[in-house]
Amino acid sequence: MDVGIVGWGAYVPRHRIKVEEIAKVWGSDAEAYKKGLMLREKSVPTPDQDTITISVEAARNALRRAKIDPQKIGALYIGSESHPYAVKPSGTVVAEAIGAFPSIHVADFEFACKAGSEGMFVALSLVKAGQVEYAMGIGADTSQGAPGDALEFSAAAGGAAFLFGGKPEEIAAVCEHTYSFTTDTPDFWRREYQFYPRHAGRFTGEPAYFKHVLSCAKRTMEIANLTPKDFQWAVFHQPNGKFPARAATELGFQKSQWEQGWLAPTLGNTYSGASPMGLSAILDVAKPGDRILMVSYGSGAGSDGFVWRVTDQVTKLQPLARHTRAQLEDRPIYLDYGTYAKFRGKIHKVTE
Amino acid sequence: MLGPARYWREVPQRYRYEAAKCAKCGKVFFPPRLVCNKCHSKEFTQTTLAQTGSIETFTVIRVAPTGFGDEAPYAVGIIKLDDGVRITAQITDCELDKLDIGQKVRLEFRRLGKEGESGILRYGYKFVPVA
Ligand SMILES: [Zn+2]
Repeated sequence: MDVGIVGWGAYVPRHRIKVEEIAKVWGSDAEAYKKGLMLREKSVPTPDQDTITISVEAARNALRRAKIDPQKIGALYIGSESHPYAVKPSGTVVAEAIGAFPSIHVADFEFACKAGSEGMFVALSLVKAGQVEYAMGIGADTSQGAPGDALEFSAAAGGAAFLFGGKPEEIAAVCEHTYSFTTDTPDFWRREYQFYPRHAGRFTGEPAYFKHVLSCAKRTMEIANLTPKDFQWAVFHQPNGKFPARAATELGFQKSQWEQGWLAPTLGNTYSGASPMGLSAILDVAKPGDRILMVSYGSGAGSDGFVWRVTDQVTKLQPLARHTRAQLEDRPIYLDYGTYAKFRGKIHKVTE
Repeated sequence: MLGPARYWREVPQRYRYEAAKCAKCGKVFFPPRLVCNKCHSKEFTQTTLAQTGSIETFTVIRVAPTGFGDEAPYAVGIIKLDDGVRITAQITDCELDKLDIGQKVRLEFRRLGKEGESGILRYGYKFVPVA
């Protein structure tokens, strides 16, 4: 039985901060960062936005496309490394807000930046197993970088939601293959009670991101018996603009194949939301018959690979919700560093 | 502070904008009520608020109440929804000096506040300007 995406939707916060504005405060070389990271600005959540609010808005966009009764959603999973509560699920709020309760299985997933694709993987597998009629997988984050750390230039906010189903006439993109590549690699972590994550500097590149993304992409294509030229589109986890561009090029993909899903240069790193949001931007414009390769990455470490085949249904669903790139370009509000620090809770007003 | 119990009771309105429509005269009430103040009917059907509208009036809060200090300045407005219902709510994601009466807005799901550093997080609706 074919299982696939019957609705998708993203949410991008409206506020931004430019690399120059952060670099100015810490005396770092903005041009070097912009070139090194291939990133110009990033999204910033307001104090009233978090993983839950972003997930609700993304899920509502997915439902605007799917147009099914939310009561038929039997499972909902949110992958994030910035769940607002330490103990209390994010997914329960989202399930109630979209009217998909109380007959629903809900869980929050964690696996650094891979948590979103993980939720998608499990949601679509449950539909495939016949356990539930529809299931939703969401990847969203509002992650923080420590002030002055390299991560501060990229840590951004956003998310995407995917509703999976098994009725052929409803599927906009069939999942043809999945594959996961996992090892124990300590490249990025955050211990309990610590506010900011730590990373292993340059170690995050070769043995971590590139090893997992490239191995996962190659094996996924091998299993599917496909090569880069069989795909119209490819999207990879994007901790910055540079890593996915290099991974795509090393695998033999042309820029025309990965540019549409390459949101990092103006969005930043949305962690669990990154490759899911890239996929949503691709689905916004994909044509029936197109194939999409998606490879996520989560520190710790692992990559999930997916091969999607777009169907005729896609063109009907595309106009039903706001496109991801349209949201990215819609009236951005630029912040100075002071307001950004306040928004992110790095500074507080004294209370009398 | 609202406390978890009262917050929980208001979830249908805060999360899903559930309103009551008078079965006799059609007037929509938000939050729902037991008796229609127009025709005195006690029969209602459940409906969902329109999620777009425009700003009827607004004010900018510069000295915020306790617990909202970090959020000031922010705007609070009376919004006339496209179904005729008027509701008071915060207007967010806006440049305060560019806000205007008549501005089109839409509902978005936002965090309304938190009860101190260890209490519950409260979620609900706010309005954001549309292009
Ligand atoms: Zn009445």
